[in-house]
Amino acid sequence: MKVFRHAFALLAALSCLLLGLPASAQLNVEIYGAGADRIPITIADFGDESAMQGDDKLTGIIRKDLELSGMFRMISQGTLPAVEGTVPDYAAWRGQGADALVVGSLSRNPNGMVDVRFRLYDVTRTSELLSLKLSVAANQKRALAHHIANKIYEKLVGQPGIFATRIAYVEKVGNRYQLLVADFDGENAVPALLSAEPIMSPTWSPDGKQIAYVSFEKKKPIVYVATLATGRRITLANYKGSNSAPAWSPDGRRLALTLTKDGLSQIYIVNADGSGLRRLTSSNGIDTEPRWSPDGSSIYFTSDRGGSPQIYRASVDNGNAQRLSFAGAYNVTPRISPDGKTLVYVSRNNGRFQITMMDLASQQTQVLTDSDRDESPSFAPDGRTILYATEVGGRGVLSVVSTDGRTRYRLNNRAGDVREPTWGPFEK
Amino acid sequence: MKYSLIATATLAAMLAACSTTPTAPVEEKAPVAAAPAAAAAKPAAVTAGDPFADADALNKIPLLQKRSIYFEFDSFAIPLDYVSIIEAHSKYLKANAGAKVLIQGNTDERGSREYNLALGQKRADAVKSNLTLLGVKESQVEAVSLGEEKPKATGHDEAAWTENRRADLVYGN
Repeated sequence: MKVFRHAFALLAALSCLLLGLPASAQLNVEIYGAGADRIPITIADFGDESAMQGDDKLTGIIRKDLELSGMFRMISQGTLPAVEGTVPDYAAWRGQGADALVVGSLSRNPNGMVDVRFRLYDVTRTSELLSLKLSVAANQKRALAHHIANKIYEKLVGQPGIFATRIAYVEKVGNRYQLLVADFDGENAVPALLSAEPIMSPTWSPDGKQIAYVSFEKKKPIVYVATLATGRRITLANYKGSNSAPAWSPDGRRLALTLTKDGLSQIYIVNADGSGLRRLTSSNGIDTEPRWSPDGSSIYFTSDRGGSPQIYRASVDNGNAQRLSFAGAYNVTPRISPDGKTLVYVSRNNGRFQITMMDLASQQTQVLTDSDRDESPSFAPDGRTILYATEVGGRGVLSVVSTDGRTRYRLNNRAGDVREPTWGPFEK
Repeated sequence: MKYSLIATATLAAMLAACSTTPTAPVEEKAPVAAAPAAAAAKPAAVTAGDPFADADALNKIPLLQKRSIYFEFDSFAIPLDYVSIIEAHSKYLKANAGAKVLIQGNTDERGSREYNLALGQKRADAVKSNLTLLGVKESQVEAVSLGEEKPKATGHDEAAWTENRRADLVYGN
């Protein structure tokens, strides 16, 4: 715990320096297909955007958020005026190709906050869909932009947006490792842990308040659980041998993990405070990388009990397991979608390690990526998007692919070697 | 030459032991018999004459200076080329009851980090079980995995991957 606190104190000083360097965000979005089903939308520049601190424009972040979802096509405002509070010239906006329009304004209020007003219009039906007023601090621009993007997304797509969710990942800089927590787009990265030894397998608690991870700081893998708000942490598992691969149960009360205390790597279940350890699997091979099904009744995992690493599913009650992957000699790192219907994992295809998706009902599989060093897939909480690690030019980078394979982008705003990404839950 | 002969003898013994229950003490007679012969050749031999009991054996005996075992991709099977090295270390550990060895299993960087952590453990365990099969005490050997987290070769090509698919024997103090 002291080490952790110390790391925080040190990083408070270091982070400005570290994070100041790679500030330029360059998200290159690749979108495949005709895009006929993407919603054409104009996000007009808001009145007095300079009321918020920082160089990026608020509306620029909103546009980028919506573009990253792959569900929207941005239509330029052109020369049309957009004044918040006045009825828009629907015909003119429609003439430029927009089906939806967002207009807003910012203004500093007497107590130093910024008042925000924005409206969302359905241009084809000539109606106002949404009107919102809120007051925020001038330095909360990114949070505000993600909030507005969520409102637009939810209204037009009919599902919750992921723009205010967070991701965590590990960055290696020289011989140092840090666990970073960032916005969903990789921006605003804040260190949660600094270590001279490797950090692995971070994973969010279902309430987004804690992260379980593996650290080698005591020269062997030990599983810790850190509370983000306070920096406090507990040792979840420090048994003889290796302790690794933590995974939270959907209710957050238990974790599955991999231990070698009884010999081979096997899966165990433990209460979130480290008590009540019990063994789940008993095989004559490696069992690791557990992940709970959303209903909490079963655990997906990797096992080489059949001679090569494959994906299995075991009952939480009795550990009885069933094999799920059959094609190829290397299928690892299973991750189940939030609705429990889709499995993604890493498969080796002709020497290339790629993200593969399986529809559990039909057992049909599809390779989602065309890179060759993919690792650690992680579903966004809406189940539409997968974050994963890959390698470009000998350096680890984070990439995102949609489950329909049509939208891809890379989070290339870090200078270091990044890996082990994990997508947090919807914000509460 | 002497060592390779001993190694061959013990390799045969080891393979024989593998097919049945590991009753190592019987097989041990082969190397033990070789030691007095070596001592007889040197009339001025100071102590017992077992070169593996020498306090400086780790620095003197070539096979003991070899402390890495290399593996194939996704494999934890010890290639037969390395049996003589493991056999030499078993003799050293048996002759020096106070000595302890840490076996660190490593993997190349490809594939899952967690699976590689487990695979590195299997590699370390494979070396450990060969040592204990040869009569080394369980308490003298600890097997741990570093997975792909501590690569010795930092490149991203076949040469680096080959170097990193490895178990190291690390002697403490």
